[in-house]
Amino acid sequence: MNYVLGLINLHEDNRLIKEITRKRPIATIPFAGRYRLIDFILSSMVNSGIISVGIMLPDKAASILDHLRSGKDWDLARRHEGLFYLLPSNDDDDIRQSELKTFYQNLNIMRRSPQEYILLSGAHTVFNIDFNNVLRFHQNTNADITMLYYRPGRKLHSPCTVIKTKENGLVSDIANCPAAGEDADVSMGTYLMSRKVFLEIVEHSYERGGSDFLLDGIMRMTAHYNIYGCCYDGYVSCINSLYGYYQTSMDLLNPQIWNELFIDNAPIYTRTKDDVPAQYKSRANVHNSLISNGCTIEGLVENSILFRDVRIEKGVKIKNSIIMQGCQLHKNSCLENVICDKNVTISAEKYLKGAESYPLIVEKNTVI
Amino acid sequence: MKTECLAMILAGGQGSRLGVLTKRVAKPAVHFGGKYRIIDFPLSNCSNSGIETVGVLTQYKPLELHTYLGTGEAWNLDRKNGGVYILPPYAREKEADWYKGTADAIYQNINFIETYDPDYVLILSGDHIYTMDYSWMLEEHKMNKAEATISVIKVSHKEASRFGIMTTDRNGRITAFEEKPKNPQSTLASMGIYIFNWRLLKRYLEEDYADCLSEHDFGKNIIPKMLADHVRLFSYSFDGYWKDVGTIESLWEANMDLLKETPSFDLGGSWRIYSSHNPLPPHFIGANAKITNSLVSGGAVIDGSIKNSVIFPGVHIGKKARIVNSVIMPYSIIHAGAVVEKAIVAENCEIMNDCHIFSDNGSITVIAEGETITSIGSDNKQVG
Repeated sequence: MNYVLGLINLHEDNRLIKEITRKRPIATIPFAGRYRLIDFILSSMVNSGIISVGIMLPDKAASILDHLRSGKDWDLARRHEGLFYLLPSNDDDDIRQSELKTFYQNLNIMRRSPQEYILLSGAHTVFNIDFNNVLRFHQNTNADITMLYYRPGRKLHSPCTVIKTKENGLVSDIANCPAAGEDADVSMGTYLMSRKVFLEIVEHSYERGGSDFLLDGIMRMTAHYNIYGCCYDGYVSCINSLYGYYQTSMDLLNPQIWNELFIDNAPIYTRTKDDVPAQYKSRANVHNSLISNGCTIEGLVENSILFRDVRIEKGVKIKNSIIMQGCQLHKNSCLENVICDKNVTISAEKYLKGAESYPLIVEKNTVI
Repeated sequence: MKTECLAMILAGGQGSRLGVLTKRVAKPAVHFGGKYRIIDFPLSNCSNSGIETVGVLTQYKPLELHTYLGTGEAWNLDRKNGGVYILPPYAREKEADWYKGTADAIYQNINFIETYDPDYVLILSGDHIYTMDYSWMLEEHKMNKAEATISVIKVSHKEASRFGIMTTDRNGRITAFEEKPKNPQSTLASMGIYIFNWRLLKRYLEEDYADCLSEHDFGKNIIPKMLADHVRLFSYSFDGYWKDVGTIESLWEANMDLLKETPSFDLGGSWRIYSSHNPLPPHFIGANAKITNSLVSGGAVIDGSIKNSVIFPGVHIGKKARIVNSVIMPYSIIHAGAVVEKAIVAENCEIMNDCHIFSDNGSITVIAEGETITSIGSDNKQVG
């Protein structure tokens, strides 16, 4: 796989998940107790043997840079190749800021790269995938572009791209944001193509006023290229809405999914923080939950996910909630169907409850 | 490259009193505290104290220890100037020798130390659990215009006969030193942490090497000789948590010290202990699990009940299994219905369904690495 260049595009639509993306892109949304969403695609690329990964930075890049730094934690801090960043251009002409423009402005890097293929993806996908199988599929079908897709098997509550394929896998139709049924084939936003095809699409579509790689690039050039759909049947969730985030988090409490993502396959890497093991005190009462290092628990926790360094005091009751890093829940507070962003403090005796299908969000650094 | 103070960690000991736990690894590589190994403590202390050149002297079964240390990245000791150096014994033109004692181990690495031209050398052992800022000790060493400083801790009169005991005058200058005295004159025990002026130490090491009657040991030979020569030896008193985990009992006790409502040793302070470990997700607590007064690490899956215990990464505790007063090391599996009481289960063990691990006489049961226990009611299976 060292002849594949990974490209992770962080220009992602966050309109349906604004509450937790005010200060960060979708890529750095905290997830599964100690990770950020970008860890899944990045680890999958690295575990597949990709040693060169470009990150296309969005406007709110601070949290990305703080998380990835040199790429050491993903084994991407290398003397040659490794992690590199594609910066959005900051020339005078900012009327047409778009992902295609960023690609176009950074084409020289891609032209110079020694890799033959490009694997392009967003960072909002939760999965643990081996891309070697995708490359094999790509080569066997002689495809120009391979699009990864999955069958969600449940109703999606947020917009998605649906594809139709012929029996041999050839893509016959691509529809953006249609009403998708339960049996729809949904694109994961991950594409494999030769570097040559990638350069052609970027140049051709940007020069014709395009801004979006899928809409203005691939979809307008379907006649030009052999586009194949490659179905991935492992666990996949694309997070682009708050409800999707909540639902996917709760999926992790299913041991089968937890095992598939974290234990049975190659590891998911993230920035290491050297926290102490979680401490359970004498009144701790925890059921069906994921608990991270650095937590101190003296109360009741049920069907919930606790991130690092969360403190749960005596008499606290937490149900069906997601509590992010550094939160403090003081005595006898009670939370149900709540998502607490980082460093939230809930003072003693407070009661917060969201609906099962509409969790209550407490924004970063809030004190209640 | 000039370095003011260089640390040397003595990590070659066999640790025979830890029995089966050191069957395959050196004592400093033994697991501790839910995610650490013993050597993480001196290494993290060095890193946090700003000492960035650290030699680790290894000898006994060093493979796992060497692998674990790697480039020193986990402790922030992969430095361009300095960093971690692994120093096993090596052959010279005329002879090849094992390290014959703590002083001999340092003697054989004089060349290494000289490349950094240090003013001071800090000697540490790789088998103690504590957090300490060595830079304060160095400050005091300089203030006292000492030629050697030994870190000491107050122990009870009863325990004193197990340690090297110092007697000091009111300025902290050491006036007498007794190794494991029957009738201790004081209760200040040496913690095995020394700072020496390098020029002086080098001279004593060379003299000691030539002395064929010497056991080449800091406590038995170097320190008494310095005292006899009226070298300016000072004590540095330390009043935090410190524990020698050289025996099964003390290792178990040190693990238990991390538990309780207010633990006697709290790992969660601002003085961070670093360790190198596999990337694992948060641990999973099943619907019928019950965990109290315990530490649990990443990647563990808990379906049973745990009380007063330390659970390492990747451990599985099956349904209705019961763990009490025990230490379960990485990736061990305790199957459904099994009971483990007052035991240390080393890594990669498997305790099959409904087995009962305990001992009648209240002693600590140790299950050696990789063992599978199948018989129900295994009583006191191989103590080390």
